[in-house]
Amino acid sequence: MTIAQNLSRRTFLAGSAAATGGLSLGFHVPFAQAQDAATTPEINAWVVIKPDDTIVVRVARVEMGQGTLTGLAQLVAEELDADWSKITTEYPTPGQNVARKRIWGDFQTAGSRGIRGSEDYMRKGAVAARMMLVQAAANEWKVPVGEIKTAKGVITHAGSNRSTTYGKMAAAASKLEPPKDVKLRDAKDWTIAGKPLKRLDTVEKLSGKQIYSIDLKLPGMLNAAIKETPYAGGKVKSFDASKIEKMPGVKKVMKLEDTAVVVVADTWWRAKNALDALEVVWDEGPNANVSSASIAAMLKEGLDAKEAFVGNKAGDVDAALAGAAKKIEAVYAYPYQHHMTMEPMNATAQWTPEKCMVWTATQNAEAALATAVEAAGLPLDKCDVTRLNLGGGFGRRSSSHDFVKQAVLVAKEMPGTPIKLIWSREQDVLHGTFHPTTQCKLVGGLDDKGNVTALRMRISGQSILATLRPQALVNGRDPATFQGLNAEGPEGQFGYEIPNLLFDHAMRNPPFRPGFWRGVNNNQNAIYLECFVDEMAHAAGQDPLEFRRKMMAKFPKHLAVLNTVAEKAGWGKPAAPGVYRGLAQHMGYGSYVAACAEVSVSDKGELKIHRIVASTDCGHVVNPQQVAAQIEGSFAYGLSALLFGEMTAKGGRMEQENFDTYEVVRMEHMPAVESYPIPSGGFWGGVGEPTIFVAAPAVLNAIFAATGKRIRSVPLKNQDLRKA
Amino acid sequence: MARLNINGKILDVEVEPDTPLLWVLREQVGLTGTKYGCGVAACGACSVHVDGVVTRSCTLPVSSFTADQKIVTIEGLSPDVSHPIQKAWLELDVPQCGYCQSGQIMAAAALLATNPTPSDADINTEMSNICRCGTYNRIRAAIKLAAENTKRG
Repeated sequence: MTIAQNLSRRTFLAGSAAATGGLSLGFHVPFAQAQDAATTPEINAWVVIKPDDTIVVRVARVEMGQGTLTGLAQLVAEELDADWSKITTEYPTPGQNVARKRIWGDFQTAGSRGIRGSEDYMRKGAVAARMMLVQAAANEWKVPVGEIKTAKGVITHAGSNRSTTYGKMAAAASKLEPPKDVKLRDAKDWTIAGKPLKRLDTVEKLSGKQIYSIDLKLPGMLNAAIKETPYAGGKVKSFDASKIEKMPGVKKVMKLEDTAVVVVADTWWRAKNALDALEVVWDEGPNANVSSASIAAMLKEGLDAKEAFVGNKAGDVDAALAGAAKKIEAVYAYPYQHHMTMEPMNATAQWTPEKCMVWTATQNAEAALATAVEAAGLPLDKCDVTRLNLGGGFGRRSSSHDFVKQAVLVAKEMPGTPIKLIWSREQDVLHGTFHPTTQCKLVGGLDDKGNVTALRMRISGQSILATLRPQALVNGRDPATFQGLNAEGPEGQFGYEIPNLLFDHAMRNPPFRPGFWRGVNNNQNAIYLECFVDEMAHAAGQDPLEFRRKMMAKFPKHLAVLNTVAEKAGWGKPAAPGVYRGLAQHMGYGSYVAACAEVSVSDKGELKIHRIVASTDCGHVVNPQQVAAQIEGSFAYGLSALLFGEMTAKGGRMEQENFDTYEVVRMEHMPAVESYPIPSGGFWGGVGEPTIFVAAPAVLNAIFAATGKRIRSVPLKNQDLRKA
Repeated sequence: MARLNINGKILDVEVEPDTPLLWVLREQVGLTGTKYGCGVAACGACSVHVDGVVTRSCTLPVSSFTADQKIVTIEGLSPDVSHPIQKAWLELDVPQCGYCQSGQIMAAAALLATNPTPSDADINTEMSNICRCGTYNRIRAAIKLAAENTKRG
């Protein structure tokens, strides 16, 4: 807690900004008892037990669909010996976290860290709470602690035939010193964790009662609509506010920071309607000639550029390629893509000279707070952010809190009035933090037996960190570019043994802002690598499964998931007539994933994905139902990217503005998904993202099997899949 | 002004006639279960029932409705989450983030009302709402479960 103890405004701003980039700040998080609990005294920062036995589990992460809230509550309930039916959850605010010296650690929900980044301290907090409850009962009954048992929120002493509940002991327990030595339960003894329990948050999602950020209503609140320049680096040139100032409900028309126009009205519809009626002249700025074609040319140049950042290197790749019996080469490309959360970005802010409050859906409430503090121009302890439910995150709500900044700046113009700023879908699509675009040139060398002796992989394209977190670059190099290609784990280890290899990155940054997009750089890296491995297998005249297996002896966990999907899909046995299979495996966010896709392609080139068999080794599974749901959902997300996902640029701006021009997977496209988690224990891997990596390459490899066509550029909507 | 029949109640709302039903529901009536997703009737998050027919409310001006037309939103589908679709959704833990689920549930309820035993092809055709979390397979299973439960009574 060295940094946190004297947390200055500047330290906080810098620290929380770094946290957005997926970097651990390495805070030690204690589970000490707090002294300032206002209402029910807490047992510790994580656990509050009310007199009616209701248990409140405090969660630093947010729930955005991925099931983390329920999973973390299961882990706490497990170690607490709680009655699951009494479990509720709540979000502390980042302001409370700062005031309590970051007792809850960081508030980031990204990088598939929701559970694995919190399980240790939350479980320990729960054990400590249970020990304190037991101690309180032992003190009251004057019996040894060792004779007391706990189960389902009840404390029992068999010898004296006495029992009480957690709720009755909570007040006494909260006054005790927290134990120093806590022992976590072995996963094999779990009875609440590891079980397919129902989510805690389902009922309100079925009745329309769940309040998302966009649904917030505050007394006296006004609504704001915003239109930012669609041109990368562009500005507002002029507009005539008088044209719309008298429209119904309009309260204010304003320019925001030279780049946007905002209308504030009594309702959001009126604000948006007025804004749509306003003619804004834009200064197109310095990038007016940038297009998808010019970006592709910029990246293509990088494929053979001399200078590049090295990510992984072994042996002498040039010599090995020169001496190879067979050399193959291919160039792949991946486009800009959009998160397309169902709930557009929005935030509500209320500003007075004394304080600034924000309510929003965020994946990183501390970064949201840092943004609010800067925009508000107020001290850190005068600002706070209340977390509301997210209608999807996928990385967009951690990449940038531009919407928070805007809401605060507008609220500052109308002191005291709560302002709800909602982005229209068009504003949301045009101002995404896009999945970065890259190209990749691969050269493989085979010996006369078809063994891979060399692999050269040159990535050219955009760095996320260079734009969003330049302070996280390492001597100019973006380590995140090499996700899944690293020589060593545990986060994302390359899973093949190849004696000579060189993976490097020619950074080329077009003017469109990139962001962390569910799966991030693993998505394209897995396509480049796994499709090219298939190409090498084909060139060697070998079965793609056997070809991979030969290189995986030293990577048993990578191999185990691959073997699982091969076996479950029936690899090596005939598929249904006209149906072809493709494989892919990858490791990222601490987990090992593989998929086998079954597809058919009609004579007209129409693709049908019949079935996907998937396997995951995430170490520990906290809720098998939710792991299965994340695997299924990952295919919807990954296949959306493969089939349709593409933002195109023209004249310095993006061309797509809504779901009618940015199609995604719907029910009709969704294949059957069979998931086979094979948790091997001993580690905690993520689940929300990893399966996405293998969705596209497994299907692309199956398309090759079906058609003999190698598709090296996505999305497939641009490709002719008719047989070669 | 418009006179609307929403969830069985007749309501008079003061709005411009071109205001979409979605925003009347959300901002005038206070029913925020119906969601804004695209504003161009492409995603289905705003789906409601109009005389039992699933309808995307984000592009329909309130002036196109009469008080005779029965508008039902997610809040009016059942008083206690007891519609067969809601029960099946709960049983299979369908939602992830949940934002699209009001629309999905309204679309599924309308489908089941006209087609008590929908085939996979029927579900593909009728369930065109977008879910970015990717709950499609659970939605499909839940529709079939609801159909089965309803048949059994």
